Amino acid sequence: MRQLIVFALSRIKNLKVIEADDGVDGLKKLSSAKFDILITDINMPIMDGLKLVSMVRNGDTHKTIPIVIITTEGAQEDRQRALALGANAYITKPIQAPQVISKVKELLKIA
Amino acid sequence: MSSGITDQDLAQTLRQSAETTERLLKENAELRAQLQAQGQVAGNVGSAYGDLEAKFKALEQENRDFANRYVEIEEENNNLANLYVASYQLHSTLDFREVLQIITEIAINLIGAEQFAIYLVDDKTQTLTAVASEGLERDKLPKVPLSQGVIGKVASTGDNHFGPEDQMGAPIDVASPFICIPLKIKERVIGVIALYSFLKQKTRLVSVDYELFTLLAGHAATALFSSKLYSESERKLSTIQGFLELMTS
Repeated sequence: MRQLIVFALSRIKNLKVIEADDGVDGLKKLSSAKFDILITDINMPIMDGLKLVSMVRNGDTHKTIPIVIITTEGAQEDRQRALALGANAYITKPIQAPQVISKVKELLKIA
Repeated sequence: MSSGITDQDLAQTLRQSAETTERLLKENAELRAQLQAQGQVAGNVGSAYGDLEAKFKALEQENRDFANRYVEIEEENNNLANLYVASYQLHSTLDFREVLQIITEIAINLIGAEQFAIYLVDDKTQTLTAVASEGLERDKLPKVPLSQGVIGKVASTGDNHFGPEDQMGAPIDVASPFICIPLKIKERVIGVIALYSFLKQKTRLVSVDYELFTLLAGHAATALFSSKLYSESERKLSTIQGFLELMTS
């Protein structure tokens, strides 16, 4: 349901969204341009979201990019693991657009 | 012996005292009149203040009503976004497997379902067979005869089934889903979506969930039906083309 997240983000002014199919595609896109925020799921094909977070935090570019995880995994230990790996926010599904918007605005320091 | 104060002096003093008293009384009366006038003004100011306070309270209430309305509109807006995305996705493909995948995604991402299955009616055998599932092994889901159990009854009557909300986290029984939604094209039921459990963080159903169930009942049914017809017609077309090629070669 990337479309719903894209729709939610379209309500934030001056935000351009680039979508990626999975973790590997995400890393590839991150290396090709400068991004302000990364939003990812945990359960993804090829490379999961936690691996992606870990690779971004240990990579050369976007080391400090704010990362938001949106996932079905609601257990406290999953949240702690994601935050320990370097995610800045952890949102559980079902997707609530206002929650996504406010978290992105908060991390990007947009009023 | 004389005190030195003559009767004349005394009379003079008394006259002056009388005059002073008279002046003071006059001044007093004037001051009273002024005080009364000021009291009137103060009364008017007090009344105006009261009016302003009432208006201020009314404006505050109006402001609160607008804020509440704004929250409601925002919620409606977000619900519409969910419904729009779901509907758009359902009709974005004619591939049967993709439609099943999209229904699955809607159930997980928008409704917060954890264990569920999509059953389709087999007209020949009059049974319902699971064609997709999440959190459950599809092969282990039984074929359900029409009219039998919750699933069969929903398929035969076309009515939604909602279990009591306090049983939302109860252990599941594959024959008795917590929620069962018929997939309908007009009055014809082509299958059902059986929802057994929800994500841990989904503790109650909200209004948009019911809207999504309604949307799934209609749009998922047409998307599944048309994609099935399309794949069947594609298959027939390729058979006919193969046959024609054979005839003309």
